Amino acid sequence: MKIINHRKIYLSIAGILVVASLVVVIVLGFNQGVDFRGGTLWQFEIPEKIPTTTQLEDFFRAKIIIEGDIKVSHDQANNNFFARMPVITESDHQTFTLILKDQYPSFSELSFQSIGPSIGERLKRNAIWAVILSLIGVSIYIAFAFRKTSKPISSWKYGVVTMTTLFHDIVIPAALLALLGRFSIVEIDSNFIVAILVIMGFSVHDTIVVFDRARENLSLDRGKTEFGEVINSSINQTIARSINTSVTLIFVLIALYFVGPINLKYFILVLIVGVSAGVYSSIFVASPLLVVWHNWQFKRENR
Amino acid sequence: MKKHPGLILSAIVVITILAAFFIYPNGFGLNHRPWKLGLDLVGGSHLIYNVDLSQVDSSDRDSVLDGIRDVIEKRVNLFGVSEPQVFIAESGEGTQLIVELAGVKDVNEAIKQIGATPLLDFREFEGEITTSSIPIRTELTGRYVTGAQVTFNQTTGEPQVSVTFNDEGATFFEEITARNIGRPLAIFLDDQFIQAPVVQEKIPGGRALITGGFTIEEAKTIVSRFNAGALPAPITLINQQTISATLGKNSLQKTLAAGAIGAIIVMIFMVIYYRYLGIFAALALVIYVILTLGIFKLIPITMTLAGLAGFVLTIGMAVDANILIFERVREELRRGLSKLSAIDEGFRRAWPSIRDSNASSIITAIVLYYLTSSFVKGFALALLLGVLVSMFSAITTTRLLLKVFVGGKKQS
Repeated sequence: MKIINHRKIYLSIAGILVVASLVVVIVLGFNQGVDFRGGTLWQFEIPEKIPTTTQLEDFFRAKIIIEGDIKVSHDQANNNFFARMPVITESDHQTFTLILKDQYPSFSELSFQSIGPSIGERLKRNAIWAVILSLIGVSIYIAFAFRKTSKPISSWKYGVVTMTTLFHDIVIPAALLALLGRFSIVEIDSNFIVAILVIMGFSVHDTIVVFDRARENLSLDRGKTEFGEVINSSINQTIARSINTSVTLIFVLIALYFVGPINLKYFILVLIVGVSAGVYSSIFVASPLLVVWHNWQFKRENR
Repeated sequence: MKKHPGLILSAIVVITILAAFFIYPNGFGLNHRPWKLGLDLVGGSHLIYNVDLSQVDSSDRDSVLDGIRDVIEKRVNLFGVSEPQVFIAESGEGTQLIVELAGVKDVNEAIKQIGATPLLDFREFEGEITTSSIPIRTELTGRYVTGAQVTFNQTTGEPQVSVTFNDEGATFFEEITARNIGRPLAIFLDDQFIQAPVVQEKIPGGRALITGGFTIEEAKTIVSRFNAGALPAPITLINQQTISATLGKNSLQKTLAAGAIGAIIVMIFMVIYYRYLGIFAALALVIYVILTLGIFKLIPITMTLAGLAGFVLTIGMAVDANILIFERVREELRRGLSKLSAIDEGFRRAWPSIRDSNASSIITAIVLYYLTSSFVKGFALALLLGVLVSMFSAITTTRLLLKVFVGGKKQS
């Protein structure tokens, strides 16, 4: 495959995707899950005499005096209702249960989550810290992985490019969630942060495998062959393992998405998109970016 | 290892077979060592209470907190929870009590009972007593109560609650009654005024009678709550996560099914893509799954939904090391090496990239473990253990399998 020759196309695709994703995230923002902003998430099923979501919303609106959004969504496939509302007391919860059971005898509670705003604050703070610490940890690790300098590319450039591809792999699933959050009730919660961290850990090493090979080939070749060509053959030598290591994970993720529990659906979706973005970036973004950077510097130095 | 690959491989196989029996939930495990399942898989509740320690001396804090924990454990045990987890967490926002109930039939009733606070305290008046005087709390509270029983007033036949204090409480009661002779002493239950009898004389012996005009039922409820223990400080529920047993069971089955399907697809893929090498990777994957589950159960780790999902993810990652090795073996074969030395070279040269590629996953798993709530912790732990065991299984197990089956053939 002549990836380096077509680098402009591949890099443009990635660039457009990243810019579009950034715009989506900035313009639309995220719906925060109850575990971050505090609130109640009530999951239940009413298999018979299924009410509409509006009916249920009206029911809760009439009962809850506290200010705040009340939203009910319905998962058709599993016939589960998800009601989101402000924090309600345990006695309210029990009263509502009784009334709902009375109106809909087939009502049964699946899960009930009520999180005070202070706990939400703490979970959010911890999540942000987790992302920051992972970024630091992964950066240190990248610096370590590329500690041996080699010509003609200095080691910190491998590191910068790896971090760039990492950003690519994270911002795309984030944009997907922002989009989904706009059109349905999909939220950013602790699970999303976990998924982002897993993508971070996973996507970095694919890039490292390619760069390892590039470094090895560059030092064997000692400048006899054109830089882009060495990089291109490095990609082609490692392309199978880049794809295969991710594909096995994607197989498992797809099984989880279709067969696994409904409560993990969006967590898995974020992982699938992030890992797929990681495959693309380690093949079509990381090395082409390295070549572009090298050529640009080469031109500048020889002007 | 180089000399006796067959012996070591046999040992791994034997351990795996034993582990398979060990993890099978309906066999040996059912009675002797059942799986520990988290409340999101068996149904249950994760509750966080704020503890109001404003009325407690800082020197008494620890004993009060221990008291609360004991009381709640006793109350929860009445609901047949297998092992209620009650622990205290200090955070920036104050002291919190975390209660985990797994496998409770009637979660709502259990929550109601925990919240039912028979908070008893005695309050005295200062100075001139008028109708607007507000009584002031004394040292004597429900935390000194050791027992209670229903008695009946001998003249009126009215039910009353007789409360017994421990030694410390008895001393307080004696002191308080001594300094309030001829004055009323107010009794509050759950912050509700019950009565304010006038103290006739100093009362030693540590017994108090509460005659609040109760019905027999009311008196009985109060007594049973006291005997489970009164809460030494008020608590308020600020956080609740309840998962029904139906949803938990459903999640468990679906995740296990997804894991099995995922593993089978991965094995088929490995065999199709890497042919005979893939067969050994598939075998190593089976060994990996059994051994890892065995380790989870042996430690034991409470399996939560997140933990199980994390483990299923590692099934997709476990073969990564094999892929790196096999790709390298193919390269060596292309360079003209014999099958046996290609395999040897493949393992040798793939090791740095296997180590590097797992390092970043290990970093994120550790960060996740230390910075998240209990549910995510399970995921992080499963991921961390999974990655570590998979490095062993992909390298050691696959290498041994290849040595014994491919290597052996060549030599003969």
